[in-house]
Amino acid sequence: MKGLTRDPFNLIIAGVGGQGNLRMAEIIGQAVMKSGYLVSIGDTLGGAQRGGSVASQIRISSQIRYGPYIPEGQADIILGMEPIETLRMLTKYGSPATAVITSTRPISSVDLFGKRAIYPALEVILNSIRELAGKVWIIDAVREAMALGKPVYANMILIGAVVGTGLLPLHVESIEEQLQLLSVADAKINLAAVKRGFAMVAE
Amino acid sequence: MVKIDVDIPAKKLLLLGNEAIARGALEAGVGVATGYPGTPASEIIDTLAALAKKLGIYVEIGVNEKVAVEVAAGASFAGIPSLTVMKYNGLNVASDTVALLSPGNTGRGGLVMVVADDPGGISSDNEQDTRNIAKMLDVPLLEPSDPQEAKEMTKLLFELSAEMGCICQLRTVTRVAHARGTVTLGELKSGQHIANFDEAYNPAMPTLTKYNPNPASLMHLISLDRLKTIREKFESSEFNRYIGPDKPDLLIVVCGIGWVYAQESVRLLKLGDRVGILKIGTVWPLPEKLVRSYLSRVNKVLVVEEMDPFLERNLMEAASDLPADVQRITFYGKRSGHIEPYGELKPDKVIKALSDILGLNYRPRDEAYAKKAADLLNTLVFERGGAFCPGCPHRASFWAIKNALRMDGRDGFVTGDIGCYQQALMGTGFYQLRTCQSMGSAVGVASGLGKLAQFGFNQPVIAVCGDATFYHSAIPALINGVYNRADFTLVVLDNSTTAMTGFQPNPGTGVTVMGDQVKPVTIEAFCQALEIPVEVCDPFDLNSSVQVLLKNIQGDSRPRAIILRRECELTRNHREKSKPYNMSIDSSKCAGYDCGCNRYCYSVFNCPGIIWNEESNSAEIDEAVCSCCGVCVDICPSGAISRTEQL
Repeated sequence: MKGLTRDPFNLIIAGVGGQGNLRMAEIIGQAVMKSGYLVSIGDTLGGAQRGGSVASQIRISSQIRYGPYIPEGQADIILGMEPIETLRMLTKYGSPATAVITSTRPISSVDLFGKRAIYPALEVILNSIRELAGKVWIIDAVREAMALGKPVYANMILIGAVVGTGLLPLHVESIEEQLQLLSVADAKINLAAVKRGFAMVAE
Repeated sequence: MVKIDVDIPAKKLLLLGNEAIARGALEAGVGVATGYPGTPASEIIDTLAALAKKLGIYVEIGVNEKVAVEVAAGASFAGIPSLTVMKYNGLNVASDTVALLSPGNTGRGGLVMVVADDPGGISSDNEQDTRNIAKMLDVPLLEPSDPQEAKEMTKLLFELSAEMGCICQLRTVTRVAHARGTVTLGELKSGQHIANFDEAYNPAMPTLTKYNPNPASLMHLISLDRLKTIREKFESSEFNRYIGPDKPDLLIVVCGIGWVYAQESVRLLKLGDRVGILKIGTVWPLPEKLVRSYLSRVNKVLVVEEMDPFLERNLMEAASDLPADVQRITFYGKRSGHIEPYGELKPDKVIKALSDILGLNYRPRDEAYAKKAADLLNTLVFERGGAFCPGCPHRASFWAIKNALRMDGRDGFVTGDIGCYQQALMGTGFYQLRTCQSMGSAVGVASGLGKLAQFGFNQPVIAVCGDATFYHSAIPALINGVYNRADFTLVVLDNSTTAMTGFQPNPGTGVTVMGDQVKPVTIEAFCQALEIPVEVCDPFDLNSSVQVLLKNIQGDSRPRAIILRRECELTRNHREKSKPYNMSIDSSKCAGYDCGCNRYCYSVFNCPGIIWNEESNSAEIDEAVCSCCGVCVDICPSGAISRTEQL
């Protein structure tokens, strides 16, 4: 198994309340800790848990206990479950060295309803992400998940993609072990989703 | 959920700070744990409750924090190691009892109080630093920097409380309580003890027979002496430590989460050979000798802590006792403005303070990049506001309230308080809430407004509170209103759970946090006992709800109650794992922009389950989001939305 490519290694999972962000952070965190690393996870919740922005910050180190907040510009990977949320985190924590994996499926917000806000065109968001980040992987995780049966499998596809980057001391088997330990429902399909995400990113 | 009761010492788990505190209590042999849910403290009681029967301990959610403290104090008087847990607002409620427990002693079992502060008001309405209350009440206080330390400190506080006979406080903040970290386990200790209430326990005054702080001055003296002893113990505590050079250019003194932020900042700025960090875990009473031994080596001190300059002021007090020949110290921190005296602490704030004090030119990112990032953020990224969940009964309740007040036409308004429903301060609840203070305050404020007729006041007043809030603290205010014949309508938004903090039971739900079925204390029975009119209505029956509300706000000049009762959609869905209806919108019936309804379902009713299709000029159901509650069928003027029963 590969070690850490940076210490501390800072991973942000960006999404919207209700998507399962915190659970994903826990699965990745547990899997990395199993390999002997110190892990801390913080979550930044936006205006509200329900439908607001949610980001998990995962910090991994071989010997130091880091705090749950990443300093400006220090993200190594931003894993985006929603394109505008990916960009939100990238503008604050990104640098030209930040790798990005982002799902393309937008999630609406009540702020769009009365035209209090406007959702930008997807291509504009993706171009902005490309402009700010280093390596970028763009994945229609929801479409891939629907092919497996349910939109929620998108989360495991995205975890698989993180594993596929090879930037973290993780492999498909260590995620599989966590799925078993946490008694995740539909473990078989979830594992297939992890492998699908892995294949989309690994070269 | 992580199983925190594994009895494998030295095993490492990835625990939430709150789970680590629960584990610390189990390693200390806690027998009774009480609390009232409140973010970011709730998971401590939830975690212990889930294990209570298995481990033979007793866990209770009190009706409010004051009662919860008293329940734990009772257990402590009978020799049981006891824990009580609350968020910071809860200490305001509980402090009346804590103030007399503190000089009046706790039992030989020990009594530990965990209070979670929420800097930045991430899940709260105000910022408040409870360390000031601990100091005011002579309560010893520790502050952990991460989940591991939260566990160790909880354990130590049980020992200290039992040894000294005083209530002790652990102060956490959101980034400790709600952060996950690697935690190494210790040994579990049995929580099964023999309870026996005998004579009061006071190591400093063995002749004491009662738990009471009277005579006040004498007992005050004894508790001050006790604090001195504790201060002496803290001088050598393992929770205090120093890293850095012997004579640093700058000394950073930190407590709590400041410890990890300061270390990271020093590392990032490569200041390890110039800057030292003194970490204080035993924040009150401050180990002044230890502190002075470091202060005497420097002339610049930066203090890093969450919220008020509490440690900072105590350090300055300690420094004032330094010998006259010691160099004068300049203190940097919240008082000097180098760190903002409001909002949540972040590593970036510490990095900036260090850069300013030492004249460094640290830029986290190059200027052009940072500007580009800021521009993209400002032009493309909108703020996602919160909203009631799809299927939430509160959306329907506030829709009915808004319509009833408009039909009444006398400029009536709503007083509110804390809970999911306070989102009615915002668009998702049609901006209906006009006041919001503490739990139960809606009813007290309405009781005041309802007595202003003699001053010409004639606007109808509706006070809303949730079911948990009704029991927690609306009851005394309601009695006040009834007895003084105040003119208002109480609307209890009864979703049959304490939804905002994680779906804990309350006295109306008929189940305890340990899972025992009990007889509920019903809100309607309580109102009937007060002999006020009370009606129960389903908020999803929109028209009846409007009619009942209208009748009541035009009622006679004394309180009357309406219970808008429908279960929280999240608890219903969790239990039934199904959607009640199949929902569809007939785009041929939806007249879109030409309807004259101003796209009522989408832009006014504002449920996240309905989206707008610009191409077809029609509303659409978002199947991934819609809970299929069916309530929107009744608001469409064209009858375009339909619901059919699930087969």
